Amino acid sequence: MSAKAESWQKAEIAGPKKALLILKPEVVVAMIKKAKRPLVIVGHLAAEDYSDDVKMIEYAIRMSKIDGIPVIATGHTIKEFIKNGFNSAVYMSAMDIGVRLTDPEWKGLDGKGPYDLALFMGLPYYMEFVILAGLKSFSTNLNTISLDRFYNPHATWSFPNLSVKDWNESFEIILNKLGKN
Amino acid sequence: MLQLNRKGVNIKIEELKSDFGLVKNLELGIGQLIEEKWDEPMGPTPFPGMTTLREWDFKLLQRYKPFYLPFCDVCCLCTFGKCDLTGDKRGACGLNMAAQQSRIVLLACCIGAATHTAHARHLVEHLIEKHGGNSSIDVGGLNIDIEAPVTRLVCGIKPEKLRDCEAALDYCEEQVTHLLSSTHTGQEGSNLDFESKVLHAGMVDQVGMEIADLAQISILGLPKADPEAPLTDLGFGIADVSKPTILVIGHNVPSSVGIIDYLTDKKLLGKVEVVGICCTAHDITRYSSMAKIVGPISWQLRYIRSGLADLIVVDEQCIRADTLVEAQKINAPVIASSPKNCLGLENRTEHPSEEIISELVEAKVPGVLILDPDKVGEVAVETVMKVAPTRNKFSIIPKAEEIIAAGKECTACNECRRACPNDQPIPEAMKAAAQGNLNPLAEILESCIGCARCDSACPNDFPLHSFMVRAGEKSLINEKFKMRVGRGAIQDVEIRRVGGPIVLGEIPGVVAIVGCANYPHGGKEVAEIAEEFAKRRFIVVASGCAAMSIAMVKDEEGKTLYEKYPGDFDAGGILNVGSCVSNPHIAGTAIKIASIFAKRKLRANYEEIADYILNRVGAVGLAWGAMSQKAASIASGFWRLGVPVIVGPHGSKYRRMLLGRKDKEEDWYVYDARTGHRVYVGPAPEHLFTATETKEETMVLIAKLCMRPNDTSRGRAVKLSHYIDLHKKFFGVMPDDIHLFVRNMADIPITMKSEFLKILEEKGWKEKVIPDPTLLSRLIRERKGE
Repeated sequence: MSAKAESWQKAEIAGPKKALLILKPEVVVAMIKKAKRPLVIVGHLAAEDYSDDVKMIEYAIRMSKIDGIPVIATGHTIKEFIKNGFNSAVYMSAMDIGVRLTDPEWKGLDGKGPYDLALFMGLPYYMEFVILAGLKSFSTNLNTISLDRFYNPHATWSFPNLSVKDWNESFEIILNKLGKN
Repeated sequence: MLQLNRKGVNIKIEELKSDFGLVKNLELGIGQLIEEKWDEPMGPTPFPGMTTLREWDFKLLQRYKPFYLPFCDVCCLCTFGKCDLTGDKRGACGLNMAAQQSRIVLLACCIGAATHTAHARHLVEHLIEKHGGNSSIDVGGLNIDIEAPVTRLVCGIKPEKLRDCEAALDYCEEQVTHLLSSTHTGQEGSNLDFESKVLHAGMVDQVGMEIADLAQISILGLPKADPEAPLTDLGFGIADVSKPTILVIGHNVPSSVGIIDYLTDKKLLGKVEVVGICCTAHDITRYSSMAKIVGPISWQLRYIRSGLADLIVVDEQCIRADTLVEAQKINAPVIASSPKNCLGLENRTEHPSEEIISELVEAKVPGVLILDPDKVGEVAVETVMKVAPTRNKFSIIPKAEEIIAAGKECTACNECRRACPNDQPIPEAMKAAAQGNLNPLAEILESCIGCARCDSACPNDFPLHSFMVRAGEKSLINEKFKMRVGRGAIQDVEIRRVGGPIVLGEIPGVVAIVGCANYPHGGKEVAEIAEEFAKRRFIVVASGCAAMSIAMVKDEEGKTLYEKYPGDFDAGGILNVGSCVSNPHIAGTAIKIASIFAKRKLRANYEEIADYILNRVGAVGLAWGAMSQKAASIASGFWRLGVPVIVGPHGSKYRRMLLGRKDKEEDWYVYDARTGHRVYVGPAPEHLFTATETKEETMVLIAKLCMRPNDTSRGRAVKLSHYIDLHKKFFGVMPDDIHLFVRNMADIPITMKSEFLKILEEKGWKEKVIPDPTLLSRLIRERKGE
């Protein structure tokens, strides 16, 4: 696994506070287990192939089914979730969920209170980049994880830039370990 | 009655006894005199300063709160810095992250407003010099009574002669200077005050743009509010390149006009091709049927490198900074024609034309700066006719064999992909090229924004953008479309026809598709969005590069959208108003609905008109490929006027959204002007500025943002039908917020009644009043107890 904290889009320089590298997928598992109110935010690229046989959206669905993590589908991704037989995702635009995550008063999708961990995947890189930057500066008590296979420096934690193979393997480890709750 | 402009001094003496006699009713004026023929009384806010409309801005910002999206965590604008502003840190000057982001937005909007105002200034000065300040402003003859809705609304003046435009431009220049000054270190400290100034910059920008288009329509004889403006040729393949070809790039048309005029004078029309890119192309095709359009801003590099242009004339704005470098590679001389874009070239304005032509033809100089549009015309035409035969369309687009060889050398280091704004799989395409398959490179060209960052990033110095152009050359050569040229303003009679149906909601909305070509997946998505809404009987209005992209798709019969849909401002129309500076015709349409249809006072009455538009006119702007600072200021001009704007995913890089929160009921109350009661009207429109991720999401949101508190039940039912239909089509499910938009049972679309009733019951919905909505308490006609 490559271990450089280097933005995928090279000019997207974050600043002094950069995402910690997820060098072991177990970090993600630990973060999810530690979180009281995690949330997965899934953009439309999750429905596009990362390899011949695995789509990111399938990982999101498996993650939600294993751990009961609520899923926000941005863009038109909700249609893809439904196509994949997953009807629990909720549509919200990337900006709408972004601004709500900066609001400590927001009660969340279920009215039970704010989230403390937001996991992002499948948004256009640059869009996720700026939303994560907004959350870094304007949210309180929120950690963010970029689960895309590209280093996204404004997150709290991010994978480094990974090959499809390494990324798939990481996800399988995460899902297996979450399943052993 | 005489009125002085805002800089003038007026002295009125009723009776004066002096040594030389008795003087009665003497009136002296120092400054410009504008003869007052306008009987509408002056409104409350003529020539508003930076804080005049601050209260209105704060009303908007209370509902549509900023969501900041920093590009990076630092500020590097002064030598205190760099300062880390992450989280709740403050910089050495005391500024925090929120204020810094809004400051950057203000800087962008000042750049935009300054650019349009300076554009207008140069244009007006040139036209006054050439045609005289007494030339009449006429944008539509008898079909247009309100010739300058934005300028009337903002400044409270009614420009009748060309020289009258100068007062408006004086105002714009003064305001942009003040606004820019507020971004200096140690000036404004509040993010919300920065945001108010952003809105002010946008409003000023609208004035500057309007003046520019009024002037050129009036004096150059561009189409005057013509729904049947002629169709023009557009596309990479439209030029007859067997002829000497001049490529014009930019936004300010006088030098291009100089070329057409010279060709006309010398009876050379038809012997030289004049093609354009970006808004100069819009405006020169509005001026002459002999000119053609190559395409939007992103077509610059592909066209230059192809070698089809024998000479390039650049004016101002959105021109690649490396135009001269690229032109030299294809042996094409360049004429720079704007003081804003001199390209390091020697100013030859005062030199004899023969001498300049000779040096350009003999390639003694790569280009020249000429600041006289007529001289540009002469030099460009005479030079191109001599250069073209020897240039022989020299191109630097590599042959297929060279691309295949490069493909074999490519190490797939990913540097190109990581430089590409759209993350295109260029390494994979190079791998295919190594096998002789150039199709993946051609496919990438379809989504390419023409930035050539891939070229710059390649460690092997492969001209990757040129590879794509070669790979896609067959489709490029076949790019031949028809676009209706910019019609200019909307006629008053059109406003009268549709004002009622729009305000009552029976025409489901006006969708303004504007802006640049920084698209995530190419321009076809813009055409798709335009057609979806035209089919649904919305009114689709377009301008700038987006108007070109709308033309660049054909149906099975070979027709473009401009050939399929009418160009009048009515349900189901697709209108091209023109270039960037034509955008105020769109804003002006909303203003004219308030003025002509609703009889609201227009003159210097900004707040009331904006309140009317926000609450009643179901208009939405879409800048799917917004790129520039100008696009930022154009959008902010719409925000202050109460028109929401959506940008594509790249627009998230504008660093700030203005988002409503539909889950916060308290944000969606208005006054009922009939009673003074506070009434919940639902999140209509939900946002003032947001970025969407995909075209599908965009279409759903457009339909939703067209809802307004004033919709009649019939209108609301129509709008809800479109919103739900698009939501089901693109999201596969019913929206989860329809209960927020139903005021009473009559709002429910008839065919969906049972479905609605179930949802309303689940949500605990209660019937609400449809008010006469306003955010302005002063507009309450009669106060009754709550």
